[in-house]
Amino acid sequence: MDPLDIARWQFGIVTVYHFLMVPLTIGLGTLVAILQTTWLRTGKEEYLRMTKFWGKLFLINFIMGVATGIVQEFQFGMAWSEYSRFVGDVFGAPLAMEALLAFFVESTFLGLWIFGWKKLPPRIHLACLWIAVAGSIVSAYFILVANSWMQHPVGVEMLEGRPVMVDAWAVFTNNTALVAFFHTITGALAVAGGFLLGISWYQLWRRRKDGIDTVGANGRVVVGSSDSIPGRDKRDHAMWIKSLRIGAVVAMIAFAGSAISGDLSGKLMFEQQPMKMAAAEAACHDGTSFSILSIGDVGSRDCSDVVAVMEVPGLLSFLAHNDFTTEIKGVNTLVPEYQAKYGTHLPDDPMLGERAGTEINYVPIMAVTYWGFRMMIGFGGLAAMAAGVALFLTRKGTVPASKGLMRLALVGIMAPFGANAAGWIFTEMGRQPFVVAPNPAMSGIDQVFMFTAAAVSPGVSGGEVIFSLVALTTVYAVLLVVEVVLLTKYIRGGVVSAMPELGHGPDKGDGDGGTHPGGPEADDDVLAFAY
Amino acid sequence: MDFLPTLWFILIAVLWTGYLFLEGFDLGVGMLIKVFARDEKERRLLLNTVGPVWDGNEVWLLTAGGATFAAFPFWYASLFSALYIPLVFVLLGLIFRAVAFEYRGKVHSDTWRTVWDWAIALGSFVAAFGIGAMLALTTTGLPLNENGDRVGGPFAWFTWYAVLGGLAVVGFCLVHASAFLALKTDGEVRIRARRLVARWLPLGLLPLAAWVIALAVLNGKWFSWLLIAVAVAAAVAAWVANSKDREGFSFLAMGLFLVVGSAAIFSAVFPVVLPSTLNAAWNLTVENASSSAYTLRLMSIVAAVGVPLVLAYQAWTYWIFRKRISVDHLPEPHDFAPAVGLSAAAPSAGVTGGAV
Ligand code: HDD
Ligand code: HEM
Ligand code: HEM
Repeated sequence: MDPLDIARWQFGIVTVYHFLMVPLTIGLGTLVAILQTTWLRTGKEEYLRMTKFWGKLFLINFIMGVATGIVQEFQFGMAWSEYSRFVGDVFGAPLAMEALLAFFVESTFLGLWIFGWKKLPPRIHLACLWIAVAGSIVSAYFILVANSWMQHPVGVEMLEGRPVMVDAWAVFTNNTALVAFFHTITGALAVAGGFLLGISWYQLWRRRKDGIDTVGANGRVVVGSSDSIPGRDKRDHAMWIKSLRIGAVVAMIAFAGSAISGDLSGKLMFEQQPMKMAAAEAACHDGTSFSILSIGDVGSRDCSDVVAVMEVPGLLSFLAHNDFTTEIKGVNTLVPEYQAKYGTHLPDDPMLGERAGTEINYVPIMAVTYWGFRMMIGFGGLAAMAAGVALFLTRKGTVPASKGLMRLALVGIMAPFGANAAGWIFTEMGRQPFVVAPNPAMSGIDQVFMFTAAAVSPGVSGGEVIFSLVALTTVYAVLLVVEVVLLTKYIRGGVVSAMPELGHGPDKGDGDGGTHPGGPEADDDVLAFAY
Repeated sequence: MDFLPTLWFILIAVLWTGYLFLEGFDLGVGMLIKVFARDEKERRLLLNTVGPVWDGNEVWLLTAGGATFAAFPFWYASLFSALYIPLVFVLLGLIFRAVAFEYRGKVHSDTWRTVWDWAIALGSFVAAFGIGAMLALTTTGLPLNENGDRVGGPFAWFTWYAVLGGLAVVGFCLVHASAFLALKTDGEVRIRARRLVARWLPLGLLPLAAWVIALAVLNGKWFSWLLIAVAVAAAVAAWVANSKDREGFSFLAMGLFLVVGSAAIFSAVFPVVLPSTLNAAWNLTVENASSSAYTLRLMSIVAAVGVPLVLAYQAWTYWIFRKRISVDHLPEPHDFAPAVGLSAAAPSAGVTGGAV
């Protein structure tokens, strides 16, 4: 058993899994902070409800991000020790900074926010949330600096066969990192937008189904309230329709941001990793056309069988260079260039085990890069379009009574998650066979590179990695079910699930219920929040 | 000996000590949830003593790991890959524990809570034991070859030192957590926690003391004995203070015991950071395992800004939540029904309309 393949599967699975939680944390955290700010500014109770409800879901998700993040931090040393030795001088620094400058902030201030509802003055309490959210955004920056250095090594010199940092500024302002940061944050906001949209849709649909809201003759909503179902008052309607609109607008803006940053990212990639982009386009031959659809065996790595059936002339060239005529090198041209520069076979090093001396395949798995790229853009675009349609359909204050549409809205929550996962899988697998990709252009450092085959821990056996892969995936699968079950329970519970006090007295919602943004409670002997 | 690598070695020792001091009590509280708490209210009380802070405490571990990667990549690579299997268990323990803290109270069912209680108790135990084993092996060595890779198979790391280290951290966490509970709670729990310290302190701290003494004998540094003397004095002081109902003093004395004990541990093999049991020439040392001076300088600047900041706002958090809590402070848990009409009869029951 070759530990390499298992370790790659493991890294891919746990990281994509981690990144299911991460964008929701970043995006939803930002939105909850904005909602709480609005509540403090306006004193309107629906914003308090929104803060509490979305905040609850945010926390259920956050903890999973924390739990899976710990694995990320450890696994470089555990499964990729040669990699850690090779890049440690430059790669460890952003990782350590992420922990010291971001994770501490995030976890400490989030603890203050959760437990501080009545202990802290409202403004300070709100500030704690903003600081925690800033922490997660800073954490994204640092980890993307680390990741981008693997895509585009800068700021180092080779010393005794290892890259040594000589220019921290270059590492931390790596253009790849800045663009990836922008792109990742917009992707995260798209996730949060879709989340708000889908769940609010469900809640509004539920109000209609239960006969609480009806539609008047002019098609406008007639908002009602229910005595028998806790929390279903008029404010409840206001809360969901506002959440829905915020979600839809955020999703659309986020997609526009993704498109802009993605385009910038693509231009950098054409220059820094031409093979990745050629594979993303299944572009075997030099040319200028962008393929909308290619048939044939895109997965065959030798390019003999790929036929583009639909092409937009000049678009590829535009994507890469902003003009319509520059030829983009295809896979068939790039392979000999890579072979000449980086060799045709892996070195005969005993450390590489069975892999020593084998031939290097410079073409990433094209089916993955080609479809990964299209799924990222496709799912993202689909979600943004759906958000536009949703805004239109709800312009009269509620959602259509259709159950099918409601289901579609809930399923649609997954689209931006899919786009994010596809984006990462494309980025990471498109970089293969390198773990640190050499950059043939002037901008990167050509001779700094590492093959993935040389990165895995030499002392760790296949059995060990299989054990951890099985253990982690089993646990992750179980926990995913638990998380989804809990989220579903709290979503079905509506706002009372996050504010049980609403369920007690009858029809409290039309009054203010003493929930104005006042000072800390006099009676601070009672924990305002407790496990 | 170079200044910067030494400084970073000290900083990493400080991070580990901070980790053991802070997460020490929340790991211990986690382990105690099954054996010390008598009913649901007490279990919730225990959880709430660490509720706002455990996640921040855990980041000390991540920072210790990250700092080791940045400052001593060879140490990080060799140690983490050699201890592959035990670290998988540590990770699983930490995962279950973290999720359990958050999810336990989210469904009102006894089975649900019992399952997560076990997750907290076992997760805390496994994590504490594994980390103790790892720290012990950093000082007593691993069968590493010239490249720093473990030879001899997945369990080549297993020695009695690993067991001793594991027991040392588990024992310390339990005693430390009892002292913490005596300091943080009120009422009957406080009194029982104090009794726990009185009864178990000597036994709980024994493995840690044995580990430190073993290192002193093996490496023969004179100041180790000095540190051991201070540690013993601190343990005695903690015990005496506890029996005189001075919980704050007792907790701090326990902290001193840890600081001195870990100073003795980390200084015992210095300047070696990870000995190879196969050949002393293959030892990883502060010099041959460290990053370049440039990286270390950069990281020193970041640490000079970051560490005081972290200490300041974490101290502030502890200040905010400084009040003792007791079972009377806990709000009643409440369940909620889904906000949906449950049957055909439900719709329009008591619905009042109105145009907007
Ligand atoms: C700091 C470094 C770093 C960061 C931030 C990421 N990755 Fe990565 N990724 C790697 C460092 C890396 C790696 C160490 O370089 C791997 C492991 C083996 C390999 O081929 O590259 C890798 C592989 C890898 C693979 C498997 C590729 C293959 O085996 O061919 C996938 C699917 C991802 N990653 C996905 C992700 C996702 C979803 C991330 C977002 C959180 C992510 N990566 C962030
Ligand atoms: C492969 C590299 C990665 C490593 C080593 C890593 C490490 C970690 C660790 C240790 C945590 C837990 C922190 C805590 O306890 O609070 C964490 C959480 C987090 N990570 Fe990652 N991470 C990786 C990838 C990413 C990427 C690419 C991003 C964002 C772009 C990201 C963003 C976050 C965020 C926002 C959290 C907060 C918790 C949550 O998501 O709910 N991480 N990560
Ligand atoms: C028109 C739209 C888009 C374009 C042109 C685009 C382009 C790109 C490109 C070229 C990369 C590769 C960067 C690299 O290899 O380092 C990438 C990565 C990625 N994309 Fe997109 N993208 C678009 C939309 C989206 C959307 C809507 C999402 C998510 C909601 C998304 C999420 C990601 C993620 C998570 C990555 C990996 C991280 C990174 O490298 O930034 N993208 N995108």
